[in-house]
Amino acid sequence: MTFHGNKAVPEKQEITFLYKSHELPKSTQKEQQYEQLNRVIRQYSNEPGQLIRILVKAQEIFGYLPEEVQAYIAEKTETPVAEVNGVVTFYSLFATEPKGKNTLNLCLGTACYVKGAQELMNALKDRLGIDEGETTPDQLFTIRSTRCIGACGLAPVLMVNEEVHGKASINDIDKIIEKYRGKGEHFENSQH
Amino acid sequence: MNILKIRSIEDLKAIKTKYHPLIKQRLGHSNGLGLTQILVCSGTACSSSASQALLLELEKEIKLRGLENNVRLIKTGCFGFCQHGPIVVVHPGEIFYCRVKPEDAKLLVEAHLVNGKIIEKLLYREERTGAKTSQIAELDFFKFQKRIVLSNCGVINPEDIREYIARDGYFALAEVILNQNQEQIIDIIKKSGLRGRGGAGFPVGKKWELTAMQDVTPKYVVCNADEGDPGAFMDRSILEGDPHSVLEAMAIAGYCIGANKGYIYIRAEYPIAVNRLETAIKQAQKYGLLGENLFNSIFNFDIKLRLGAGAFVCGEETALLHSIMGQRGEPRPRPPYPAQEGLWGKPTLINNVETYANIPVIFRKGWEWYYGHGTATSKGSKVFSLAGKIKNTGLIEVPMGTTLRTIIFDIGGGIPGNKKFKAVQTGGPSGGCIPEKYLDLPIDYESLKETGSMMGSGGMIVMNDDDCMVDIARFYLEFTQDESCGRCTPCRVGTKRLLEILKRITAGNGEMEDLEILEELSYDIRDASLCGLGQTAPNPIISTLRYFKDEYIAHIRDKTCPAGVCKNLLEFVINEEQCIACGLCAKVCPAGAITRDPKQTYRINPEKCVKCAACMAKCPKQAISKGTVRPNKEVITDGATGIFTGSDSQEERATL
Repeated sequence: MTFHGNKAVPEKQEITFLYKSHELPKSTQKEQQYEQLNRVIRQYSNEPGQLIRILVKAQEIFGYLPEEVQAYIAEKTETPVAEVNGVVTFYSLFATEPKGKNTLNLCLGTACYVKGAQELMNALKDRLGIDEGETTPDQLFTIRSTRCIGACGLAPVLMVNEEVHGKASINDIDKIIEKYRGKGEHFENSQH
Repeated sequence: MNILKIRSIEDLKAIKTKYHPLIKQRLGHSNGLGLTQILVCSGTACSSSASQALLLELEKEIKLRGLENNVRLIKTGCFGFCQHGPIVVVHPGEIFYCRVKPEDAKLLVEAHLVNGKIIEKLLYREERTGAKTSQIAELDFFKFQKRIVLSNCGVINPEDIREYIARDGYFALAEVILNQNQEQIIDIIKKSGLRGRGGAGFPVGKKWELTAMQDVTPKYVVCNADEGDPGAFMDRSILEGDPHSVLEAMAIAGYCIGANKGYIYIRAEYPIAVNRLETAIKQAQKYGLLGENLFNSIFNFDIKLRLGAGAFVCGEETALLHSIMGQRGEPRPRPPYPAQEGLWGKPTLINNVETYANIPVIFRKGWEWYYGHGTATSKGSKVFSLAGKIKNTGLIEVPMGTTLRTIIFDIGGGIPGNKKFKAVQTGGPSGGCIPEKYLDLPIDYESLKETGSMMGSGGMIVMNDDDCMVDIARFYLEFTQDESCGRCTPCRVGTKRLLEILKRITAGNGEMEDLEILEELSYDIRDASLCGLGQTAPNPIISTLRYFKDEYIAHIRDKTCPAGVCKNLLEFVINEEQCIACGLCAKVCPAGAITRDPKQTYRINPEKCVKCAACMAKCPKQAISKGTVRPNKEVITDGATGIFTGSDSQEERATL
């Protein structure tokens, strides 16, 4: 199973695009991220009950919440690691695995479900060859499902990153994947 | 810009006088302003259908023709007619345009604004009569509604506090701070008969009284905007269309119970609502309507936002409080109620968005007026979101006591595609499915409960003959099982077992005993769970078992799915007479299950078929149909539509 087709894109280029790290050696980039995180912690830690907000910001900085970051936040905010991890694993917003460049978030709320969202989900999985919650090996797409984003009038709804696509069809899915996959890069249909 | 803080009713009146003419024109008074106003819906649904791009295009076109002094473009909240968005309304004249695309901007400006012609093709065509209509009030969708809570949605710009003040906003807050005491406020709310709109319908006045009684400080006011029910978007639309009504109500609540701090707990999935709220809070602070010494009194009140991180259980009040405090959103046993021990162990008043949005209206128009709407036990109006198999999906508001038939058929326009109405699901995963025989039931808290469903927050999902009720029950259980926080065993383990049984039934492996187990387990979970999530999780099963038991029996005994949804119980066949042997189906089949013997038509091998329905979609002659499998493998079909025609006799058909 290959996801790059004939014209494989070097992995490095992807990462460059993702983190804009081309000018920075890796360690410096990490230092900068922790510097940002320190500022967030300083800003919020004297107010009670801001752990969730700190975690949200941390996820914005790092893209996801690896154990290392969780432990760091726990230490800085003088909270038990167990508590931080407990919160991270409780809420579906937090990811402990890195996400792909584009998140395809399909609404599986009731309104979308009765309008055929499950079939769209099957098509998505089929087209990308991954399961829900997983990321394609080339780090381009992550499939997720969400519970009702409240745009039920447009059911079924597919969110690509922050963009909402209403009344989505299987045809649209192909177009969207094509669009976000960038130019010249072709997936092979993963099934069979 | 230096803004004078508002300190008295006179200050409010000054702003109202200045902005009222604009609003008056939008309400249909042609008062010779010499101004055209274009209202563009900027709710989530219309924004998703490119209303923001349209707004930019319109702005460009207006500038291009030098009309910017005579034309004002205004962003509004949701009109409710989401199916036909983006919505544009032009005043004077109240011309209602729908499905306006960014490409239509030029036409709209040129034909309507410059030449004064109404654009036929952008008008809404009433399906019932076939007539095109340009007036909001004439549309069936709006005719049967009574907008109380939503009276500002689609009228004012939610990002401009002055327009809210021009609609008598913050006058109620001024009135209570300057002229009323705790007892009077509680008395008014009690007399109005307002009940909590979050689902359970607890009397609001009583809740306020209980919190006000506590002799502990500080106290907190919390707004529950964690609208997690799939298919519900009332709260989101109120926050997007009229955020100040919620802020004003929270300040009134703070004054009444003696709190100085309020929190709004809102889902992170609602970015537009979060933005509007942030803007609204900033503006209110700037105008001195939130902050210190409101209206020159000693009363201070401020509001903060807290974002939910995606957990359905956080809609439960004790779980929500834990989440605001930055912890895992798990519920705890009550009592003590939040009114006694809430945030950081202090008395906390929690109401949901729609409940708060009712408060300013009650003070503005008087409790007597409010009490005059609704039924004996449920006063006022209720906002519902219509979704599913219905022509006009969207947001509506009707007085309590309106029948389901009016909502679904008069306002909603009925079921699309000449299909038959089967059931309406209310109350989300905590509610139940209401069958056709209750269509004429006037709905309020009590009547819905009697049918085995509940008001819930107000989501209504309409289902037709293509929806399998066993599968719907499975869908909801999958949801609640996934969202169960794991704190108490009946919910954590019980919902899992329920789901397993339902999965077994939809896969065709169910047994008749399963029905008894389902029922027994459902009641046990209902009685033994810690919080509302678990206590109501079995409702979708209990209600479908009550009204659609024959569908369960069809799945178990006859191994058929009457609606043709449950894949394991379906078989795809090619009608030899219709088949033209074009071979498209064989090409598209991912499993290689379609083959052809020489000189014959194509056949589907049931052993290999994965039931993806790809062939059915591809067939140019609609020769492929899905039927239900009988124990003896005889396939029953009803033409290309594949509708179940009954097992043996007419009597055995599902009485829907």
